[in-house]
Amino acid sequence: MAKVLMKGNEAIGEAAIRAGCLNYFAYPITPQSEVAEYLVRRLPEVGGVFLQGESEVAVGYMIFGAAGAGVRVFTTSSSPGISLMSEAISYIAAAQCPAVFVNIMRGGPGLGGILPSQADYLQATKGIGHGDCRLLVMAPASVQEAVEMVMKAFPLAEKYRNPVMILGDGLIGQMMEPVEFPDQLKTEPSNKDAWATNGMDHRKSKTRNLVKSLFLDPVQLNDNNLALKAKYDRMRAEEVMSESYNTDGDYKGLIVSYGTMSRVCRTAIDMLKTEGIDVGMIRPQTVFPFPEKAVAEAAMKPSCMHVLSIEMSMGQMIEDVERSVKGRIPVSWYGKCGGDIPTPEEVIDVVRERIA
Amino acid sequence: MQSEIMFAGFGGQGILLIGKVLAHAAMEEGFEVAWVPSYGPEMRGGTAYCTVVISDRPIGSPIIKNPLHLVAMNGPSLEKFAPTVKKGGIIFINSSLIAFGANRDDVDELRVPVVEIAKDLGSVKAANIVALSAFVARSGIVSMETLKQCIKEEFSKKPKLIPLNMEAVAAGERAARK
Repeated sequence: MAKVLMKGNEAIGEAAIRAGCLNYFAYPITPQSEVAEYLVRRLPEVGGVFLQGESEVAVGYMIFGAAGAGVRVFTTSSSPGISLMSEAISYIAAAQCPAVFVNIMRGGPGLGGILPSQADYLQATKGIGHGDCRLLVMAPASVQEAVEMVMKAFPLAEKYRNPVMILGDGLIGQMMEPVEFPDQLKTEPSNKDAWATNGMDHRKSKTRNLVKSLFLDPVQLNDNNLALKAKYDRMRAEEVMSESYNTDGDYKGLIVSYGTMSRVCRTAIDMLKTEGIDVGMIRPQTVFPFPEKAVAEAAMKPSCMHVLSIEMSMGQMIEDVERSVKGRIPVSWYGKCGGDIPTPEEVIDVVRERIA
Repeated sequence: MQSEIMFAGFGGQGILLIGKVLAHAAMEEGFEVAWVPSYGPEMRGGTAYCTVVISDRPIGSPIIKNPLHLVAMNGPSLEKFAPTVKKGGIIFINSSLIAFGANRDDVDELRVPVVEIAKDLGSVKAANIVALSAFVARSGIVSMETLKQCIKEEFSKKPKLIPLNMEAVAAGERAARK
């Protein structure tokens, strides 16, 4: 298919359809309402269903129901809406059902603002819901990457029988860029007989599937959580994705940055290079699992004196960067939030002050 | 080589649309492009603006504080953004609504009365296309042929409007070359 110019939000909607997901439940919230606007028109054309819930709490459980029934399902929301869904996300993880959640982050806390932000990092990677649950979280830095990640998200959710989140910022949703869509995926989860509650006859099975998250017996609950832990460890072993930039030479400092912020940093790195200052960058594409090894290896280059975690938040990812660097060289944070995206010049000033 | 163009005006003047058409045309000519809208609460009846980034290599930061060119469709936008334009850029001014100038001697100022031109063509709604065409003709950022093709595609669902918009392109081009 030829390249088309599309808004991130619309491209995310189209990518989900190409991924064989024909079930979308959502509640509108800026800056991602265009996903619903797009899908309310597009889903009926392909025999899909869009249903607007009465709230994000309801949407979370609609997703749970559809996932339990064995169909591909997804929703999109933004920060406060994701908070409302977080109870259901914990239930879905506990019951080991696959689903995809897209968070196009806006500024917080509270109602915050509607402009781009990355302030839900800790929520997405460490505290999405109560109990020992985790999500596999991918963070796109372009509209094309958002499309590719959405299309990967469904098979990954099914591989792990666990919710997968796409963590984008408002700019990824609002910006238009050229996109090409990969080939269409199969429409049904291939492994759904293992969990779908769609009838034993239908599955030609002699054992029933039960979707539940209540384990009153402590041994059973511990066993269930050990099974979840094993999956999260497997994600750490098999699903880490990151990209490195300008890391071949002897750089004096290393930037760790993701999403829109990483693009600003890339421009800053190019500008610094013309002044003879080399700075490398690791861009996490998965933020859970975090690319600990890539960050540690890049930070351990003998020429590297300092690691900067640059985020559109008040310092959240830095906890993972510090965990990766393990105190071997200094790590510091720079960022802004609320939609005032740092400029390349501001990043350069910080690099000059702390590194060059 | 990277160019950034800021389109700014009132909500309802078709600012976001002409930005999108330019981004589309540049994409068709093989450039990397990004179209970034303002989407704050100011959009509801207030100012609307968008930035188009056009580059021959992957685009880093799509957030542009100092664009190379400005297309200002109303006075407040010109006042606000004229000082941010890079030296040597083009400042396009909708002189139907803006009586003053950019007050810069290091840019190429292009004044076109797009509202009057569009009214003469039969619809004030085509003023944005007159402005886009004049800007493209002056900057040469994409070819007029590609621009026309992309405008036709943009209006493909309302084919009745295509002849008017083609006239608007021609009129904008003439105004820029005067």
